[in-house]
Amino acid sequence: MTARIGVVTFPGTLDDQDALRAARLAGAEAVSLWHRDKDLKQVDAVVLAGGFSYGDYLRAGAISRFSPVMESVIEQARAGMPVLGICNGFQILTEAHLLPGAMLRNNHLHFICRDQKLRVENAETAWTSDYSAGQEIEVPLKNMDGRYVADERTLDELEAEGRVAFRYLDMNPNGSLRDIAGITNAAGNVVGLMPHPEHAVEPLIGTGKTDGLGFFTSILKKLVNA
Amino acid sequence: MSLDTVKHASETPDSEQPWKELGLKEDEYARIREILGRRPTGAELAMYSVMWSEHCSYKSSKVHLKQFGEKTPENDAMLVGIGENAGVVDVGQGYAVTFKVESHNHPSYIEPYQGAATGVGGIVRDILAMGARPVAVVDPLRFGAADHPDTKRVLPGVVAGIGGYGNCLGLPNIGGEVVFDSCYQGNPLVNAGCIGVMKHEDIHLAKASGPGNKVILYGARTGGDGIGGVSVLASETFDDTKPTKRPAVQVGDPFQEKLLIECTLEIFKEKLVAGIQDLGGAGLSCATSELASAGSGGMRVDLERVHLRDATLSPEEILMSESQERMCAIVEPQHVDRFLEICEKWDVIAVVIGEVTEGERLEIFWHGEQIVDVPPRSVAHEGPTYHRPFARPDWQDALQADDAGKLPRPQDGAELKDQVLRLVSSPNQASKSWITDQYDRFVQGNTVLAQPEDAGMVRIDEETNLGVAMATDGNGRYAKLDPYTGAQLALAEAYRNVAASGAKPLAISDCLNFGSPEDPAVMWQFAEATRGLADGCLQLGTPVTGGNVSLYNQTGEVAIHPTPVVAVLGVIDDVNRRTPIAFAEEGQLLYLLGDTKEEFGGSAWSEVIHQHLGGMPPAVDLDREKLLGEILISASRDGMIDAAHDLSDGGLVQAVVESCLRGGNGARLVVPEGLDAFTFLFSESAGRAVVAVPRSEELRFTDMCGARGLPATRIGVVDGDAVDVQGEFALSLEELRTAHEATIPGLLA
Repeated sequence: MTARIGVVTFPGTLDDQDALRAARLAGAEAVSLWHRDKDLKQVDAVVLAGGFSYGDYLRAGAISRFSPVMESVIEQARAGMPVLGICNGFQILTEAHLLPGAMLRNNHLHFICRDQKLRVENAETAWTSDYSAGQEIEVPLKNMDGRYVADERTLDELEAEGRVAFRYLDMNPNGSLRDIAGITNAAGNVVGLMPHPEHAVEPLIGTGKTDGLGFFTSILKKLVNA
Repeated sequence: MSLDTVKHASETPDSEQPWKELGLKEDEYARIREILGRRPTGAELAMYSVMWSEHCSYKSSKVHLKQFGEKTPENDAMLVGIGENAGVVDVGQGYAVTFKVESHNHPSYIEPYQGAATGVGGIVRDILAMGARPVAVVDPLRFGAADHPDTKRVLPGVVAGIGGYGNCLGLPNIGGEVVFDSCYQGNPLVNAGCIGVMKHEDIHLAKASGPGNKVILYGARTGGDGIGGVSVLASETFDDTKPTKRPAVQVGDPFQEKLLIECTLEIFKEKLVAGIQDLGGAGLSCATSELASAGSGGMRVDLERVHLRDATLSPEEILMSESQERMCAIVEPQHVDRFLEICEKWDVIAVVIGEVTEGERLEIFWHGEQIVDVPPRSVAHEGPTYHRPFARPDWQDALQADDAGKLPRPQDGAELKDQVLRLVSSPNQASKSWITDQYDRFVQGNTVLAQPEDAGMVRIDEETNLGVAMATDGNGRYAKLDPYTGAQLALAEAYRNVAASGAKPLAISDCLNFGSPEDPAVMWQFAEATRGLADGCLQLGTPVTGGNVSLYNQTGEVAIHPTPVVAVLGVIDDVNRRTPIAFAEEGQLLYLLGDTKEEFGGSAWSEVIHQHLGGMPPAVDLDREKLLGEILISASRDGMIDAAHDLSDGGLVQAVVESCLRGGNGARLVVPEGLDAFTFLFSESAGRAVVAVPRSEELRFTDMCGARGLPATRIGVVDGDAVDVQGEFALSLEELRTAHEATIPGLLA
């Protein structure tokens, strides 16, 4: 018994193959979804992968949210389907108002690629239950527009409701407010983060750590046990 | 202005033509008239001028480059050799790999961001045009002095351009180099390499055969950017008195390129193309004439069908335009609909602009009127050949006599320590992570090794763990002292780097960066370097699969150091067996492989401590390099070593510091008998590496080295949190890390 995890390819998506591989390695059936299709092919969960969809030319994620596939994703996410947005996927989720806040250009104005330490702040979301609260993990980070911002009230709310899912440790790589690396919606089914767990799923590849695999095993367990 | 048709040209033989402004020499123009039996039309003149430019025709270099074909070693791996967009080698398991390094030097000086960005775009399309999926890029870069104000303009722009374009394509950047030297002040070298992977049966070649087959132009619209960029920019020396050439640099759109890659790969998968060519330098002129020339010869193109960004472009400009992100495919008529359908799926514009014809003429029409009627070979493959005079420069002897061995050396441990710190913090030896962290090295999820490792390595098959590795190296200081040896040292270093990672070197690509070929001294450097490289490749058994020549890298009378950059491609059967540089395990034994001699000519030490360049570069022994490579590969495959780092610029101490910092462990070193501490630490003798051997493997490893005749000297142990040269000095990792990592951000951030 397994579950179907879909990964959306927009024009300009780059990490879709990596996310499909991560889902497979966790034991899921990985399904490619196409931006022009509203059809989600009966997947049980969706990953919006990293990249520069539509070249990020207007604003990261701004155009993708209007694509046909997103109509279905938004509708299903509101109905409780688990959705994970990684990097550009996180940007799309904020543009789609499935998650609050926005991403601005890194405060140092450079693209940054590094092995990034994170603390898992909320281990109760659909995508983090295989971690423990407070666990420190290391996954790659790579982005140009990764500075998470929101107004003070929203930030306070996120903190109070335990919806800050991940925080940068050791160094804040992009100027994100309150060191926020990722957040969840109130229901815990929609999670977005800037770092790339799908690049940390095999011991030899990338950082050499498998700290990111937990995202995919978390969701699989949840779906299979549901 | 009225249209200059073929008919009109025949009727007006005496019309003045701007051949000079287009960069043609008088005899070249005369030859065009002779080929055509009339004066060329404006469009023909445009085509010949770009295709006969130095950049496209290799007219000064090809008499030397032909050695790479003549001295090709016996090598079963070679599937496609020099002359195609890129060479192809067999890496086993049915896979073929194509790779190439190219230059985008001049555009990157004028407009660093776009120059570097479109350099990445161009090399990626070259690889794509062979039928391969691009899997990784590398960027060997050279700039003026690190503390020169203009470096702060050029370098951040180049790095942002490479990142901005490459990151958006989803190609991991796994290697390259960053070198500073004042000789590159007005002529930075921005070389870009790409590796692509395909199955043997998917190799595509750039030729147009089969009359009736359609010529499809697809990708970005054609605009006014880069018009004449090739002839005007790449083939002339910079001169302050001329007007700014900024508009001649092309502007890149990586998003369009990403779509073009995916779209093209899907087209390949369905086997819809009979021939394919990317549009790079010289745009449509190049693509149509090369496709026709390599095929049966005949092609008709209706130029008004080209989709334009700027409707006011003249036919000549359309032919010359170097707008990026375009490809040209030859498609059999029954596949055209499906071809266009896939392009539509990826939102890529595609238009049938012509067809392959009977006969041997390339004919181009503009709204029904013929503006080009040429034999395509005369444009693409039969350009001028120069036998430029060359002569050993009169200063060469004095330079070589200025022996670095006589420079004052450190007298005690304290002085050694001070010089080690100065070395590892000098711009050339300092950490480049501020630069390489602006590139995505993780995308595609197959990166096994990336900078600062000795070689970049990617997995190409997830089931079998087959992988390929690449290293690029070049040392202009060595090559200046002796171009023949310098070129071989570049080859030897890249070969060694690939072997140190555990991969078997297979073949090379090169990017030959030199000054003006009109200077006999520069031409001598070029002749010597190509001879050295060809001889070296023959001896090492690694054929040259292709490459690029960049000449005119000089401002006024001053040429850059001759800078042959060599990229070596290697294969590894199982990436699990790769060897990183990090000293990760305390207690492991450090062995120095190879012979250390007093060789300081062109060394990093002579540069950093004495600002000196003179003497002879380190001696090359390619048989030794081969043996060292075999030992490193065997040791990696059989699990006898856990880390390996090649020794090159900066010598042993530089390698040990890098490996210690990478692994987070210190090292205790003992100066071996027969060597003084200074030579031990700073010599740049070639054919050496340092390895970390687990104690359990020591006997097996030393037996292997002994049996095969490779000197292996135990020099210490991985231990503690300092680099401790016993009896001389100790430097804490913390102090070393600060020194090593602060320099580049301090200068450039």
